Amino acid sequence: MWVCFSSAVVITVYTACGFKSLVCVATNGQMNLFVSEGNPHCLKALAALEATGVQCGVQFVNHDERVVPFLSRPTLPALALPSGQYLFSSNAICRYLFEVNGQECSELCNQWLEWEATVLQPALQQALHMAVLQGKSSEVSKALQGPINVLEQSLSKRNTPYLTGDSVSAADLVLWAGFFPVLSDSSLTLGEHKSLKAWFDRVAAMNACQSAAQKVLQGKGLQGMKSYMQKQPAPQSSQFITLPHLTPSASARYGHLRGWNMLFVCGTDEYGTATENKAREEGLTPQQICDKYHAVHSSIYKWFQIDFDYFGRTTTEKQTEIAQDIFWRLHERGFLIEDTVEQLRCENCQRFLADRFVEGICPHCSYPEARGDQCDKCGRLINAVDLREPQCKVCRQTPVIRSSKHLFLDLPKLESQLEQWLEKSTSTGDWTANAKQITRSWLRDGLKPRCITRDLQWGTPVPHADFKEKVFYVWFDAPIGYLSITANYTSEWEKWWKNPHQVELYNFMAKDNVPFHSVVFPCSLLGAQDNYTLVNHLIATEYLNYEDTKFSKSRGVGVFGDMAKDTGIPSDVWRFYLLYVRPEGQDSAFSWADMALKNNSELLNNLGNFINRAGMFVTKFFEGCVPVMELQEEDKKLLALVSWELQQYIQLMDKIKIRDALKHILNISRHGNQYIQVNEPWKKIKGGDSERQRAGTVTGVSVNIACLLSVMLSPYMPAVSQTIRDQLNAPPSCINTMLEDNGTFVCSLSAGHRIGAVSPLFQKLEADQIEALKKKFGGQQVFDVYAVEVGTVNQVDPEKAKQLTQAVAEQGEKVRALKAQKAEKAVITAEVAKLLDLKKQLALAEGKNPEPAPQKGKKK
Amino acid sequence: MALRELSSLEKYLGQKKANKYSTQGDKKVPVLQNNNGPPLVGLVTIACHLAKEAKRPELLGDTAESRAVVQQWLEYRVTKLDSCTKEDIKTVLKDLNLYLQDKVYLAGNQFTLADVFMYYGIHPVIVDLAIQDREQYVNVTRWFDHIQRYPGVRHHLPPVAVLRNRIYTSRHH
Repeated sequence: MWVCFSSAVVITVYTACGFKSLVCVATNGQMNLFVSEGNPHCLKALAALEATGVQCGVQFVNHDERVVPFLSRPTLPALALPSGQYLFSSNAICRYLFEVNGQECSELCNQWLEWEATVLQPALQQALHMAVLQGKSSEVSKALQGPINVLEQSLSKRNTPYLTGDSVSAADLVLWAGFFPVLSDSSLTLGEHKSLKAWFDRVAAMNACQSAAQKVLQGKGLQGMKSYMQKQPAPQSSQFITLPHLTPSASARYGHLRGWNMLFVCGTDEYGTATENKAREEGLTPQQICDKYHAVHSSIYKWFQIDFDYFGRTTTEKQTEIAQDIFWRLHERGFLIEDTVEQLRCENCQRFLADRFVEGICPHCSYPEARGDQCDKCGRLINAVDLREPQCKVCRQTPVIRSSKHLFLDLPKLESQLEQWLEKSTSTGDWTANAKQITRSWLRDGLKPRCITRDLQWGTPVPHADFKEKVFYVWFDAPIGYLSITANYTSEWEKWWKNPHQVELYNFMAKDNVPFHSVVFPCSLLGAQDNYTLVNHLIATEYLNYEDTKFSKSRGVGVFGDMAKDTGIPSDVWRFYLLYVRPEGQDSAFSWADMALKNNSELLNNLGNFINRAGMFVTKFFEGCVPVMELQEEDKKLLALVSWELQQYIQLMDKIKIRDALKHILNISRHGNQYIQVNEPWKKIKGGDSERQRAGTVTGVSVNIACLLSVMLSPYMPAVSQTIRDQLNAPPSCINTMLEDNGTFVCSLSAGHRIGAVSPLFQKLEADQIEALKKKFGGQQVFDVYAVEVGTVNQVDPEKAKQLTQAVAEQGEKVRALKAQKAEKAVITAEVAKLLDLKKQLALAEGKNPEPAPQKGKKK
Repeated sequence: MALRELSSLEKYLGQKKANKYSTQGDKKVPVLQNNNGPPLVGLVTIACHLAKEAKRPELLGDTAESRAVVQQWLEYRVTKLDSCTKEDIKTVLKDLNLYLQDKVYLAGNQFTLADVFMYYGIHPVIVDLAIQDREQYVNVTRWFDHIQRYPGVRHHLPPVAVLRNRIYTSRHH
């Protein structure tokens, strides 16, 4: 299609001379369009070219060919104008072609083009990335739901065949080309979006579009875009966080080992505004959304080996039955009060607006974008009805104030009962410090009646005749899920839940959920007066940060859940590391580099190395049979050390100090490594009888310690733990005996016991592998141009700096001490790495450049 | 941020009547409440509308070509420049420097909205550049200095000293 541009155009050639590696320089008034196969932006330009019939050469080039002389990155499509200038934005190219053809862009057309570039494209990039490169075409509709709804709404309101009126504009082609690849080949369908579907089909039927699609995608659909997508930067993706579930998983496994009669339940809490909104966003019914996420969560837990006795949900008949029973009991006993509440209602959306769905002018400081519950500018709490000029965040209409009758749980009336119970529970049970503190602060401020009903459809219905049309507020309803989930598991559920003298209840959660478990829910149960089992131990974690920022589902920062298995790192290693950094005392941080370091130093060099050596010695030197052991003073000392670590482990595990208990496992293998290092059985085996005897004792003791380690590891790394026992051919009974009472280290592999085949347990995580993962999961900081205006990009935090200065000093001491003791090299390296990391954090907190100063020559 | 840019543009255009704006979404996309029709959404869309209203069509370019170029840089501003990472910013400056080496303004020889909004958008980047870097991207800083001195444009932004005084040699610093 090399046709000369022949109409009269003034030619002013800006020759940008001297640029090498250019594909072609347009001159002499001929227009040329450069495109590449599989690039969706080229689809726009080609369709516009065909639709307008403007005469122009078309040239197919490779994705990485630089066409535009002043751009250092390959950018396609590119239009070389008659003047010698280049257009490198596909939307500008389309607009230009239409204008040359006498159809200037209207304001509405402008608006759609801008929307496409700023809103649709980022969403499309993400959708295509998942569909084409990760093979997750099911994620496409999720990523595109927002833009699709905007388009559908606008099209159905305007009621014109095309976006801007009765004829095709640049906007129609640009948007069509955006959607075409994903609609041609993925699970995304427009079934329920009638106006959008009609519009899309209308545009797609145009010859120009069909011909452009054939040229660019060559009938290969999404796969035709693979080589193009591989060159695009990875967008950040969405994920789930499973940390709060790992701890109880480790505890439950431990409990089973200790022989406790135990029930381990969990579930998805499915009712509430959040679900309704998610459903609206994704164009599904709330029930469909719940089914979808229940399955997603369930599969994640399975992969993480979090084996609940039962993983249930709150959308069940049992839930309605039990929640309504508790409700009536509270009602009969006078613990519910009625009150009228003024609420904002959007007549357009036909619903009452939850606080976060209203925006307006702050009544205190006149900030124009205050939320329904709080003003971001002045920080003051706001009653949604007090907002000036409120707007529904979904449709931007002005909501009206409606009064609505609601029921409140009379917390003040239950306060003294609650305090009595709390006194007892917190003093006899294991409550984490933050759980106690958060609860105390709620009580200190005095309890207020708390609304337990909501004007929603998606929830457990309120059975009271005066309140039909209403459902229970999700936080009244959700904790009752523990009971109903148990009821769905066993008809004997009341033996667990109405049996406070024989049952101890452990609740695990992140710290933001504490008040509902320590104040609100216990009040519901106390008021219902049915001999309920109340929480004895409340274990709340702090937050885990991602690299230096917060895990964020909305901003898509982090890994997790469904993605963890895509990393190629075994589930056991994930469990180990997440429990190792478990934020017990204060917020802690997840970091890829640290994960690799812990894997390589603790798992590979320390734990794995010891267990593997012990097994290998038995195999190599003693033909696979555990040798006779004659214990000397030194061996007894080691056994005492190991027993002490085991007892510490048991004490900490009983108190759910999961992270601290893990350190004792690693201490044992460190002792073991030193023991082998000092006794050198590989040398002694070549010596005389007494030396050979010594080698036998050291090997036998070591392999028995390895067996103990496998038992202690079981709550943390179930698969690895089993592998070790398989390799050692250990008797199953060893598990229970060693964890009995205060912990007793017994010789479970006695002389003559034949072990199995030994092989390495862990793999090294290489630096390049970690770098790749970091990139894939969005560890990079986004450069915020507006932050620069205010000051520096780094937030200076003097309080944190002070804490870190202290931590750096302490860690420095530790490293010096280790070096003085001539500790193992791996240990020192690990501690030095910690020190460097702390220094880096300190630099950040002080607002300095975190790059470490160049290292001086290392003294030997 | 975007609202301040629009209000500076209004001042530049000499518009008296105050337009009513709000914003939309997490990214605070500006929305102009329009008495004669549905609200207009988006920084570029609103800016072009304001120029048209003020009867200053030349600010959008006076040929089809220059109009396309102006729109292209406006789009570049709200996509590439606004979502730039720290590493990308070097590429942006390098490309822009090359592009501007034979141009007075982004659309050639005529001052347009592309200059105004690229200037607003790149201002924080230039502020953060070391003086040596500013000299490295000499075409960008020349253009930047030119625009910030353009009568009535700068308004809400502080002036940035872009070039060292030529009287002194580097030894005096």
